Amino acid sequence: MQDLLRRYGPGLTLIMALLVAFWLLMLVIIPNMTLFEQSFRPYLPVTEVGGPKDVYSFDNYLKVFDGSIERSFLGYTFSVPVHVLTFWLTIWYSMVVTVLCFCLAYPLAYYMAKIVQPKSLPTLILLLFIPLWVSEVLRAFAWWIILAFKGPLNALLLAVGLIEDPIRWTNMGYTGVVIGLVYTYVLFMLFPIYNAIQSLDTNQIEAAEDLGAPWWKIHWRIVLPHSKPGIASGSVMVFMLSAGSLLVPSILGSTTSQWFTQTINQWFNDALDWNTASAYAFLLLLLCTLFVSLAMWVFRVKLSDIAK
Amino acid sequence: MHRFRQNLAHLYMVLFLIFLLAPLVVMSGAAFNESKLPSIVPWRGFTTMWFTEMVQDQRMMVAFANTLWVAVAVAIISIFVGTASAILINSIAGKVRTLLYGLMISTILIPGVVIGISTMILWTKMGNALGTEFFLFNPGLHLSVLGQVSYIAAMVMLLVLARLQSFDAGLEEAALDLGASHTQVMRRILLPHLYPAIGAGAAVAFFQSIENFNVTQFTRGGADTLTVYVFSQVRSGITPTINALAFLLICVTLVLALVYEINRRRRARIEAAREAEARRAEEAML
Repeated sequence: MQDLLRRYGPGLTLIMALLVAFWLLMLVIIPNMTLFEQSFRPYLPVTEVGGPKDVYSFDNYLKVFDGSIERSFLGYTFSVPVHVLTFWLTIWYSMVVTVLCFCLAYPLAYYMAKIVQPKSLPTLILLLFIPLWVSEVLRAFAWWIILAFKGPLNALLLAVGLIEDPIRWTNMGYTGVVIGLVYTYVLFMLFPIYNAIQSLDTNQIEAAEDLGAPWWKIHWRIVLPHSKPGIASGSVMVFMLSAGSLLVPSILGSTTSQWFTQTINQWFNDALDWNTASAYAFLLLLLCTLFVSLAMWVFRVKLSDIAK
Repeated sequence: MHRFRQNLAHLYMVLFLIFLLAPLVVMSGAAFNESKLPSIVPWRGFTTMWFTEMVQDQRMMVAFANTLWVAVAVAIISIFVGTASAILINSIAGKVRTLLYGLMISTILIPGVVIGISTMILWTKMGNALGTEFFLFNPGLHLSVLGQVSYIAAMVMLLVLARLQSFDAGLEEAALDLGASHTQVMRRILLPHLYPAIGAGAAVAFFQSIENFNVTQFTRGGADTLTVYVFSQVRSGITPTINALAFLLICVTLVLALVYEINRRRRARIEAAREAEARRAEEAML
């Protein structure tokens, strides 16, 4: 702070401090505190807000446990509250998306870092970036066209002879959602892993080769451990983005798929119950953060590795 | 065996690029198909009618203009906030720095749904508490701007912070010793060094804002942006006018990418020529 004052004088320092304070207080801390406070209030008509009925309670949070449905899993049948199930499936399929993104991105990241001619790398990166510049809604929409019942994917598969009858892609549970999310977020996995592998000394790989290690062992013992920070930050990004995505599940979802953000959206924009929506949004934030922290603890990754 | 694996890797790269780019091709193709539903099969013949219809679609044009306004506003606010934060973070140390930095970075990971709802609730509540009808406190795109800035500023901050690492603080000392004013130091020494990062930050902020759906959906009031409009159209019956728009946007992207690539190649060539020259000169000296 002293340093800033000496270099830029009190005026400019004050302006900068105010800008930062505006961002962190008005746009981040206070809104989230308001969200937290609001989530404990009941949904009342405007005239009764602040009246005797406006007291704090956990009612909004307990709505998660309303309305159970029967599900069977591995032969056991048990009843689960609908929203809990939705939340669990959101987490589960976000994990599936994360793993798929990793499987797709890792070979290409290795290719970019160690195999491709350094001269053609910038061109490749540019090509990879093009879909990233096209807006997310249009990318989801593109998949909506491709996966349509009479769409190009079915036409292609029929023509090749891989399938006999067209498949209802967007009516198969979470299939469409997973495909869309993988397509949208795979690049967020690719670049962190690429950065991590790039810093690996190629001599290490060559030494392992000279000593007779098979290719899979080189990856398992050398490349993978070295790229762990990149994998961790990529996974956290992809997981949080997927779990928080509203667009892709809404456009590519089927009648049997429901994402937790869609439930929040229904509370907020359809039921106009902002307080319950706040409670659900807070639950999403809290549980996703907990889940990510847990996963990081299991894989022994520190936060400082990710923020690199 | 080694050759085989390398070819496999090349093949994988090509497949990956097809996976990434094919959807964009399909979407562009559907813009020229004379079918009521956006698709490329069955092909009903070439037409440009969807482009004419797009221009006549008032709601879409308004949404498009809104998107641009929001994106420009987000970019401008974000570069100010982001640059100030980077300079501030760069000049402090210890626990406070860790705390502030962590707080700033965490905004990127907060789900957009949470940002949208919290922004909406805070500002409308403030309006209610103050009992005013002033537009700032009503739902609308200005709240979308504020919500989007809350995490896009962090991205700008990261870019500028990275650039600050290569800044020689001694230059500022020298300028101060030679009698420059504080404003001059900022305007003539620090900022020129940061301009490339600020420019990149503005571009990132602009595109991130165009992309944004979650925050906008919860704060927009009745106004449309392009993402919200496309979203509502996909749900309520869509015509290929969206594809026409998508095609134009992809073309703009491609042109920008091409310009960038040509520029880069030219620079690389000049660099290579210079290096060769230096090498020749060195050899001549010996």
